[in-house]
Amino acid sequence: MNKEKLKTTSIDIGLGAVTGMVNGLFGAGGGMIAVPLLKKRGLNQKDAQKNAVAVILPLAVISAVIYLIKGYVSFKDAYIYMPTGVLGAFIGTKILSILSPKLLKGIFGGFMLYAGIRLLLR
Amino acid sequence: MTVAALLAGLLSGIIGSMGLGGGTVLIIYLSFFKHEKQITAGGINLLFFIPIAIISVIIYAKAKDIKWKLIIPIIIGGIIGCFIGIFLGKTIGNVWLAKAFGGFLCFLGVKEIINTVKLYLKKPKKSGIIKKE
Repeated sequence: MNKEKLKTTSIDIGLGAVTGMVNGLFGAGGGMIAVPLLKKRGLNQKDAQKNAVAVILPLAVISAVIYLIKGYVSFKDAYIYMPTGVLGAFIGTKILSILSPKLLKGIFGGFMLYAGIRLLLR
Repeated sequence: MTVAALLAGLLSGIIGSMGLGGGTVLIIYLSFFKHEKQITAGGINLLFFIPIAIISVIIYAKAKDIKWKLIIPIIIGGIIGCFIGIFLGKTIGNVWLAKAFGGFLCFLGVKEIINTVKLYLKKPKKSGIIKKE
């Protein structure tokens, strides 16, 4: 392994750790760290978003197992959201294969800012 | 409230499968409307995300869009990070965890808004100039 490769791999592991940390801490949001990293590694916006889902999947599985073991959450809390969630996944993957949701990101950004402020002020 | 729950699931599924942070939608719903503890909301979202991510990854992998070689080091780092994050969450407690999540959302929100604005400001120029390199 040459020096350059070693350097990028170390950065990938390091930022991967930040991704996992955020995802383990909040139960969400790891993708928001992974997407910019993947773009830096040469993926376009769409592929970065797709690969981010693949990065988060094993991390979510591990975090969920720990949450279940520690009793922070149980399956019965979560299952009602799953059927429509799965339906949404089919819709979302379709949308992403048709268009790049640039404007959607901006609108969603506004929503996140609003919710963030409400959480901070609570 | 059941209709709202189904809609929250749907919207999170759509946004989550696109890698846009659908988890934040469900957590916000759980925390604002169901008054769940931050850590429970996060846990529900983790469980919720797993089937969605499996379906999405299968679809993307079939299209050969998943670059496994690139993402494996990120996943390895991520696994270590999970343990740190969960430990951290337990240490700071529920109130501060909710505030930290609020701060994280503000950061992401501002970032996305700036990116979008930049993109739309750039657009008219782009067609006029030849891209270098």
